[in-house]
Amino acid sequence: MNATAQEYSNLVKDDRVHTRLYNDPSIFEEEMDRIFAKTWVWVAHASEVPARNTFKTAHVGRQPVIVTRDRHDEIHVLLNRCRHRASSVCEQKSGKTSVFVCPYHGWSYEVDGSLRKVPYDAGYSADFDKAEFGLLSLRVELYNGMVFATFNRDAPPLVEFLGPARKWIDLFMKQGAGFGVKVAGEHRFRFPGNWKIQLENTTDAYHFPIVHKTFLSSLDQETAETFDMMGQGGWIEDLGNGHSVCVMMPELVDLESDLDAPIPERFAELAAELVEEGHSDADVRRIVRAVGGCGFNLNLFPNVACSMAFFRVLRPISVTETEISHLALGMDGGPVAGNRMRLRLHEHFQGPMGFGTPDDAEGWERVQRGAVQGQDLWIMLNRGIDKPEAHPAGPDVDEVSGEAGMRAAYGMWKRMMTA
Amino acid sequence: MNAILEQQQIAGASDIGFDEAVRFIWREADMLDRHEYRSWLALWDTAGQYIVPLDCEERADYADHLNVVFDDEAMRKARVKRLLSGFSMSAAPAARTVRSLSRFVEVSAETPGIALRCAQILTEYKYARQRVLAADVDFHLIRTGGELRLSRKVVRLVNADDALHGIGYLL
Repeated sequence: MNATAQEYSNLVKDDRVHTRLYNDPSIFEEEMDRIFAKTWVWVAHASEVPARNTFKTAHVGRQPVIVTRDRHDEIHVLLNRCRHRASSVCEQKSGKTSVFVCPYHGWSYEVDGSLRKVPYDAGYSADFDKAEFGLLSLRVELYNGMVFATFNRDAPPLVEFLGPARKWIDLFMKQGAGFGVKVAGEHRFRFPGNWKIQLENTTDAYHFPIVHKTFLSSLDQETAETFDMMGQGGWIEDLGNGHSVCVMMPELVDLESDLDAPIPERFAELAAELVEEGHSDADVRRIVRAVGGCGFNLNLFPNVACSMAFFRVLRPISVTETEISHLALGMDGGPVAGNRMRLRLHEHFQGPMGFGTPDDAEGWERVQRGAVQGQDLWIMLNRGIDKPEAHPAGPDVDEVSGEAGMRAAYGMWKRMMTA
Repeated sequence: MNAILEQQQIAGASDIGFDEAVRFIWREADMLDRHEYRSWLALWDTAGQYIVPLDCEERADYADHLNVVFDDEAMRKARVKRLLSGFSMSAAPAARTVRSLSRFVEVSAETPGIALRCAQILTEYKYARQRVLAADVDFHLIRTGGELRLSRKVVRLVNADDALHGIGYLL
């Protein structure tokens, strides 16, 4: 281990991490190289590029990319930089096109990234080979609709990287209620704080009753009880490679089970509307059970979470600035009433004026503001470090409000930063 | 009496004058800056819709789109309760805001009521940081029981489709 690796190793202990991880610019630069350029980074859900020649823009770390679907239905992730003089070739968030044309000198690229045409090409020497000047193409792999990309040709296959997390992705996608999951809109916001503060939050059930008191008090009694996570048998499980799952509502782990359970009061109107539209009793139960999403947050290192009813995506901007996207999900081609309900539930908690997100954002900002002081102090992650003696979910899980998910993520951080 | 109001009365299109509508909108803006949210609730028609969309497109109906805010009466009441509860760290303490609304244009003479579009420039201040939010705002006002009421308010932020920040007050 070289001196720098040793230094990083010393900053992450089993039960705490050093404050420098939140505010040292040199550590941030290293994270971009050693983590975001080395591992699988989530860039899209397949439903965001639904047809041939559709695209969306995204980021891998700080690097802007275009996610495209070509005419053979293959998905590509391309660096958004002309190979001539570096201009970005696409400034739209999403759309449809059969060609990307650089606005500066007109170099044009196919949807798969290959260089199509160079204006006035007589000006180039005879050995100029267009095949060498396609848009830089990243390695791309998909799992159950989730599109990941990496700059690292030597990264292990995605399925191996995800490991036991795959089971939870499959469970999460059951909220498509037989229709499949589709991205239905996106809230984006920034907060002045380090990206790992957000990474921790998705596996932090401890803050929920405190920070989200006003969200909880806006719910009916039955729903508020569902959201009461403490002492309900929930748990946290380290899934390896920095991934973890935080099960907050054990009864909502498998949305295809317990379909005979009574329909919650708040969804009674929706159920009646679906019956009126002619859906069978079995379909109505399936749709209604799935409409509020799953009872868990799956945290995938380093930048995405399958969080109850939405995808949470983080993008590091600088050591003290992070952009968050909350992508609302709907049933692809599912009943309008059900999808409207999903949108309204998402708006209730998420977004810049939701009943939850602004309080989260303020909390994370407060962490960053506090962390400029006490440079020799530590961020404590020791809650639940003594595992409960017997938990129904298995021998190796932490109680729901423990910090095992954060310890898992920082374990991976340490592994990658000292590799 | 201004010319627009005169024309409408000739056409019989609207029972609400332009000047009266603008005075009402300024009073609403003043209430919001002073965090007089309970009084603000009383400005609304029961069926009124308060909407902050996620892009700048003008739509007749936002129900099938994800929005920042899509409030009916129940959600407005819940929102006000939350903001005034003292337990929301993004709203307690609340940011100070100063907003000015101008460039009023009558969009169409709706019957009943009046529809206006205007510009809103809002400055927010909290924790030694000042931010500016600019928006086009659509108002539809109606008269109920002799009083003007908000029937629809759509706040289209100029950067609605970009990354925003937590907003712990009402737009």
